[in-house]
Amino acid sequence: MATTTLTAGRPARKRRSARPRALNASASLGLGVGLLWFSLLVLIPLSAVVVEASGGGWETYRSALTNSQTVNALQLTVGVAVLTTVINMVMGTVIAWVLVRDRFWGKRALDLIIDIPFAMPTIVAGLVLLALYGSQGPIGVEFENTRKAVFLAIAFVTLPFIVRTVQPVLEEMEVEVEDAAASLGANRLTILRRIVLPTLVPAIFAGAALSFARGISEYGSLVLLSGNLPNRTEVTSYRMASLLEGGNRPAAAALATIMLLVALLAIVVLDATQRRLARRG
Amino acid sequence: MGNRSRVVTWLLRLVVVGYLVMLVAWPTGLIAQNTFADGLGGMRRALGDPDVTHALWLTVRVAVVAVAINLVFGVGMSLLLVRYDFPGKRALSALIDLPLSVSPVVVGLALVLVYNPRYGWFGEGLHDRGIDVVFATPGIVMATCFVVLPLIIREVVPVLEELGDDQEQAARSLGANGVQTFWRVTLPGIRWAIVYGVVLSLARSLGEFGAVKIVAGRSIGNMETATLLVQREYQNFHEDVAYSVSLLLVVASVLCLVVVAILRPSEGSHPEPIKEKK
Repeated sequence: MATTTLTAGRPARKRRSARPRALNASASLGLGVGLLWFSLLVLIPLSAVVVEASGGGWETYRSALTNSQTVNALQLTVGVAVLTTVINMVMGTVIAWVLVRDRFWGKRALDLIIDIPFAMPTIVAGLVLLALYGSQGPIGVEFENTRKAVFLAIAFVTLPFIVRTVQPVLEEMEVEVEDAAASLGANRLTILRRIVLPTLVPAIFAGAALSFARGISEYGSLVLLSGNLPNRTEVTSYRMASLLEGGNRPAAAALATIMLLVALLAIVVLDATQRRLARRG
Repeated sequence: MGNRSRVVTWLLRLVVVGYLVMLVAWPTGLIAQNTFADGLGGMRRALGDPDVTHALWLTVRVAVVAVAINLVFGVGMSLLLVRYDFPGKRALSALIDLPLSVSPVVVGLALVLVYNPRYGWFGEGLHDRGIDVVFATPGIVMATCFVVLPLIIREVVPVLEELGDDQEQAARSLGANGVQTFWRVTLPGIRWAIVYGVVLSLARSLGEFGAVKIVAGRSIGNMETATLLVQREYQNFHEDVAYSVSLLLVVASVLCLVVVAILRPSEGSHPEPIKEKK
């Protein structure tokens, strides 16, 4: 997934001749088969979730949103996702900056480390964090079964998103503009605020949307780490899974639909913020 | 000023290295340390356990099948999206990214709702014909396909767009048919993007947990993939086995990353899709 996120923040490249043509017979057949597979795999199942949740009308949603355990899970999940996204917006940008502008021994290793959370199985990620931050870890903290563990796990799995969207933009940025500003007497802070950050804002927000979406949907890394204590460390994904295991499919589907809406809302809000910032810059 | 900027540089460097070591590098290293805490015993016990070898074998088979399906789908879809015009193209292109922002639990739930043999939309009909999807291997393959679906497309589409279709049109005007044009002209140009997408899909397939857990249900045993086994063994206090299998998965995923890191420099430098050959 390393560069899947790259494309989000990558400035549009100049295209050579791109003249899409109309479908011919074999292309139509290919499209048909592809669409059939895509529908059977993704579209129909996801619609089934919405249909299942809407089967009981608004009542299903109302009961889901008045169940205190579900509400607590929602609050925790959204809260932690917002917090880690904000931290990633700062740390991700700083990490990208250091990886692009600084030169030191071991930088390539750091570059590789960034991708580990993408490639590592989520259940293993939980185990890995437990090894350092669990009660048997070498630094003597006990984060397991606490909200700190939830935060750690989400910070771990969302680490690469903003780094990988900001990095290519920084690489393509021309240092000459900054030099020119400096020669005109701008100090480093002014250059950062007026030149560097405005260029990076779209990439930072594109990465933030990905980071938030991943943060609210995380499941695997929390299974062994957070204890999933109802009302305390249980996130919505886990709540959904236990509702499903308990046979309460409509409630699980309702929660899934709510989470899809939250993800959509986040994308809209982040996009609007980014536009406003871009206008001002 | 020069002095102050050196301080800032060092400070940023320190913050970044510290953050990454505390969050990723140290914990990951500890897994290796914990695995070999009592020598090779844990690893030997794990690999001698038929459950473990079965789970690893199942994981590899599922990953290979899912990646193969996704390879055909991904390359075909990318070509259609870039080279052809059809109604609903933009919507399709947006929908293809959907699996990236869906929780693994929702993926599992969605597949169960449609393919459950008792109440699924299609599940009953398929069950009557003797095909079980959910709680069987096809379901695990589908769950894996779902989560890796956009990965190859997102790699190949930008490269295809950048290549343009001049070469393809030239080939066709010289009398090459569609198949020849694809193999001789298009494929060499997108080769590295495909390899890259496949490696990423493979890493992701080997490690999928949530969606597979829901789809495999409680039918533990022959439906258990490596990640599910890690959870069960850890919760049953067989930490040595859990650590050993985890380490194998970490090594596999880091290997995938190293392959990608080695490939990346050549990714940008494929000059022209075809070279003049005598």
